[in-house]
Amino acid sequence: MSINEWIETILFFVVLLALIKPLGIFMARVYQGERNFLTPVFAPCENLLYRICGVKKDEEMDWKRYAWAMVLFNLVLFVALFAMMMLQHLLPLNPQKLPAFTWQLALNTAVSFVTNTNWQAYSGETTASYFTQMVGLAVHNFVSAATGMAIVIALIRGFVRRKTGVLGNFWVDMTRGTLYILLPISLLCALVLVSQGVIQNFSPYKTLPLVQAISYDKPMLDDKGAPLTDAKGNPVTESVTVGEVTLPMGPVASQEAIKELGTNGGGFFNANSSHPYENPTPLSHYLEIFLILLIPGALTCTFGVMVGNLRQGWALLGVMLFLLIASFAVLQGVEASGNPLLAKLGVHGANMEGKELRFSLAGTSLFEVATTGTSCGAVAAMHDSLTPLGGMIPLALILLGEVVFGGVGSGLYTMLAFAIIAVFVSGLMIGRTPEYLGKKIEVREMWLSIVTILTAGITVLILSGVAMITPAAVSSMANPAAHGLSEVLYAFASMANNNGSAFAGLNANVGFYNLLGSLAMILGRYLPAIAVLAMAGSLAAKKYVPPSLGTLPTDKVPFALWLTLVILIVGALTFFPALSLGPIVEHLTMLGGK
Amino acid sequence: MSKHTAAPISLFNARIMRPALLDSLKKLDPRILWRNPVMFCVEIASTITLVTFVMSLTGANQEPAWFTGTVSVWLWLTVIFATFAEALAEGRGKARAASLRKSRTDVTAKRLTKPEFGSDFTVVGASQLHKDDYILVEAHEMIAGDGDVIAGAALVNEAAVTGESAPVVRESGGDRSAVTGGTEVIASSIIVRITANPGETFLDRMISLIEGAKRRKTPNETALEVLLIALTLVFLLVCANLSPLSIYSVQAAGQGTPISLTILVALFVCLAPTTIAALLPAIGIAGMDRLFQKNVIALSGRAIEAAGDVNVLLLDKTGTITLGNREAVEFVPVGRHTEQELAEAALMASLTDETPEGRSIVVLAKGKYGLKMEVLAADAQTIAFSPDTRLSGINVGGKQYRKGASDSTIAFVKNLGAQAIPSNLKDVVDRIARAGATPLVVSCDAEIYGVINLKDIIKSGIQERFQQLRSMGIKTIMITGDNPMTAAAIAAEAQVDDFLAQARPEEKLRLIRENQEAGYMVAMTGDGTNDAPALAQADVAVAMNTGTQAAKEAANIIDLDSNPTKLLDIVEVGKQILMTRGNLTTFSISNDVAKYFAIIPAMMLSIYPQLGVLNIMHLATPFSAILSAVIFNAAIIPLLIPLALRGTKYRPMPAEKLLIYNLLIYGVGGIIAPFLGIKAIDLAIGLFV
Repeated sequence: MSINEWIETILFFVVLLALIKPLGIFMARVYQGERNFLTPVFAPCENLLYRICGVKKDEEMDWKRYAWAMVLFNLVLFVALFAMMMLQHLLPLNPQKLPAFTWQLALNTAVSFVTNTNWQAYSGETTASYFTQMVGLAVHNFVSAATGMAIVIALIRGFVRRKTGVLGNFWVDMTRGTLYILLPISLLCALVLVSQGVIQNFSPYKTLPLVQAISYDKPMLDDKGAPLTDAKGNPVTESVTVGEVTLPMGPVASQEAIKELGTNGGGFFNANSSHPYENPTPLSHYLEIFLILLIPGALTCTFGVMVGNLRQGWALLGVMLFLLIASFAVLQGVEASGNPLLAKLGVHGANMEGKELRFSLAGTSLFEVATTGTSCGAVAAMHDSLTPLGGMIPLALILLGEVVFGGVGSGLYTMLAFAIIAVFVSGLMIGRTPEYLGKKIEVREMWLSIVTILTAGITVLILSGVAMITPAAVSSMANPAAHGLSEVLYAFASMANNNGSAFAGLNANVGFYNLLGSLAMILGRYLPAIAVLAMAGSLAAKKYVPPSLGTLPTDKVPFALWLTLVILIVGALTFFPALSLGPIVEHLTMLGGK
Repeated sequence: MSKHTAAPISLFNARIMRPALLDSLKKLDPRILWRNPVMFCVEIASTITLVTFVMSLTGANQEPAWFTGTVSVWLWLTVIFATFAEALAEGRGKARAASLRKSRTDVTAKRLTKPEFGSDFTVVGASQLHKDDYILVEAHEMIAGDGDVIAGAALVNEAAVTGESAPVVRESGGDRSAVTGGTEVIASSIIVRITANPGETFLDRMISLIEGAKRRKTPNETALEVLLIALTLVFLLVCANLSPLSIYSVQAAGQGTPISLTILVALFVCLAPTTIAALLPAIGIAGMDRLFQKNVIALSGRAIEAAGDVNVLLLDKTGTITLGNREAVEFVPVGRHTEQELAEAALMASLTDETPEGRSIVVLAKGKYGLKMEVLAADAQTIAFSPDTRLSGINVGGKQYRKGASDSTIAFVKNLGAQAIPSNLKDVVDRIARAGATPLVVSCDAEIYGVINLKDIIKSGIQERFQQLRSMGIKTIMITGDNPMTAAAIAAEAQVDDFLAQARPEEKLRLIRENQEAGYMVAMTGDGTNDAPALAQADVAVAMNTGTQAAKEAANIIDLDSNPTKLLDIVEVGKQILMTRGNLTTFSISNDVAKYFAIIPAMMLSIYPQLGVLNIMHLATPFSAILSAVIFNAAIIPLLIPLALRGTKYRPMPAEKLLIYNLLIYGVGGIIAPFLGIKAIDLAIGLFV
């Protein structure tokens, strides 16, 4: 890394860590219904909303009602979004006259945005109208994020409360999360992004003449879309000259900030955050990484505040930070060392294929580990073009279960489920019925934690296996062999873990991936979410066991290291064989010079 | 302590090994094995390899028959080793139960028509005795059933139950009245009220417990099983996923063969947490057995596990912290009374007092002061000690002799119209109490005569045991009927953390409830009937075998030696059971790293030769690599049986240190050991193939 890269990376982490604590404390106040500096601004609005919706804000729900409200709310939003996409051609704000989505694509996209996945089997600029983007997708970026936060807050209340059946009010948690946390930060950051050049308009796409016309040979296709070949089997081409370019427009900035803040990741444009209109400058680049990590990081502090011991939160943050920085170091290292095959041809230096030159290599590496460590899925570089081992890093981060900061809410609740497993095994190892934060871990908590951490992994194993023996699925790969296997593995890992980024290279807008992908996203989101709420209910009903000398402290380094090991071991044992047939063999092949 | 029948029975004793081998084959029955889901899956896997072996023989399978055959043999051995471990653990219990049964030879009993000596009796078989029958037991006769001595006192040999050959005294009244069926009266005769119906006696319960007939999975065991089942499911899917992945890779690479069913099944068994799953039942059974070796009977596995979690321990002062009984060592007169007058009053007040303290007063009065035992007048009326009045004594010849705690005696004499309390009484009482002894104030009618100094002798080495408990994170609370000052002095000397003075049954109960409310796990040891409510409330209740029937029924652990500091051993075994489970789980899962490095390159070598780099152990051939992993996975089970039965060592140290220590041994060790083991087996296979 160059001096500049060192400085920007260190500066970035300093700023991030400095802001995690104040935001975390603020969020704890918001969710506990305490007065904060935004109360004068938003309280009237909040109360008005409750009055309109008939929400009694002091009415607490047990876990079943909480979960039911969450599922019902998501279901209604899903139906609305699905309908919006199917009727896109009839709705306003569609200057490009884009047609309706196909039902499979609409299904996949609606599921994707409701589940906070933001897997995009489409290109925004050629498929979605401004209305769909703003009223549909952007709204979901807010509410799917608020849903994740509400669930983790309910879980934290489960740890804090004693001998009670109730976990809070879902509608109140949703309203407060959106109103006090997501809206103000997105608004502020959207303005900063606009200052950097992110566009915000409703104009039709602009067509401009190129300064220099470009000519190239375009392969000709037959009626069925297959490449034409001549008698010798060579492709038939025609010469094409391009003299103008179409620039897509749109209300980008308003969607951009929440895309990162809510770890949604669904880009306005297909190129996502590598597109200059989404992410124009190094400053906007680091701001976006910052937004991705901000809430997941701050939630660890919120957790610490609410359980009455900040160190409990810092221990989890430490685990996340360690895994993030380690992944960053590996990715940066392998990308900087470049491709040995190109080195033989005399091309030395870092692997810059698929990367934007306006961001530094370190900046790009950091964005990619942040976006895959969290369940964001926005990209500022093409993961398909990373070196084999480099490409394994984002894939591995997703396969670990999205706990390296993780999605807003979902990252922390999955991490807490891991902590429960870690506490269980370590509790046995010190000869005590395991307890975490004063709550005994028993059979029910074990089942629910296991559902929380293994649902995504199991879904990936099953669906990627099915894909590899389904001809329709195999034919979607752009690259055969090990790299193609990585593409499919990545696709299902991304969907089941609600990440949403793609390895690229795979044509995912086909029935197989749209439908099975939707299934993966639904299972990966709702099974853990419901399990977490059930666990919250079960924990809240328990009495508190005060710590003694025999209790394993969970706010110190040894436990944090053990938790890190548990996360890595579960991930490695589950996916080592599959990874060895994908990125590992590809890497070895590359070293072998083929 | 002398000879114990419960001495550790050697593990590799033919008497136990042979039936265990037979049992281990019986346990292969799927209808029994499904209760251990992980091993059940391994049994299915073994059956599949048996089929692939037959297919190899008939040529329907391309793999060499020696390979599929050997894999199949070792997979079956994996299951058999598991059932053998369980059978072996049960075998030790069964051997003990058999020796207990021998002592339950069918004895006869003399059933009395009236519960008094000299009454008529009929001779009946022990099996005909029912609750509330009265039997006469004379010297050299066996006591036919469980009961309470209601008249007389006798020397009883309880070796059949406790393994303690020194006979003990069993007498009516007080807390030493319980007798157990199958024990023998050595001298004197007693009348016993039977308290258990046939088949429900203590010995019957003990036998069924030791045999493991009533064993249920404990909550922690079930929770661990959940984790193991989840891991097994994941590994099943990992292997299932590998099949299509390899089929695709063969197409894409244009070489090699997809991974065979035999190899996938072998991989699955190697990855599944078979080591811990195989040893899990044995660990629990062996724990109960280890407790039995220490002469402790746990009435449920749950109670032992709860003991491992205990935060607060309530100990009766008497017999636990102090040496058995207090002894009268001194008479201190107050007011104008002389020592001699006091000795006489004290003797009168204690004449009918059958407690050891009462007797020690009589002994002192007669010995030191040469008093003669008086023949009691017919109108003598014994006032027995009650926890409420906290006084005892006698009404004889129109006089009321009393002795008791200072405040109760003062209240009593004031009630009788005492004008003044001797001015030096308080000083004397305080002096004795401050020294940790018990001042017993003696009165006759409305007159206070003086104070008996009842001395408590603290057991040697007790402080170290409390120190040990503290380092385990367990708070000790001494419970005593003494006044607060006495209690404080003894508490300080014995170094307990806290004490409850002047404890009445409802106060003990309240103390336990308060602690439980605050989230603590409370253990209590007790022997008296007045301990029964508190014992029933405590999470871990240890009753002394010498204790009353009521105490034993309220408890979930019974200590045959009646040694209250046994709780330390119980806590230790409870912790050991959990630790052994946790450590073997970590070991089992850590092993998978090496197994991956053995099997993954071997199974994919034909498709991607470049994956040979992952063969860091340089195993000779793919077949021997897979076989080595399979053999290691099976062989580690019998190698760890002694550890599972013995339990991993528990040293009291802070939780964090203990975790690091165990992680280094079982985690890091679990990663390294299979690398060495698999390589060694591979070299050995190289000699044959």
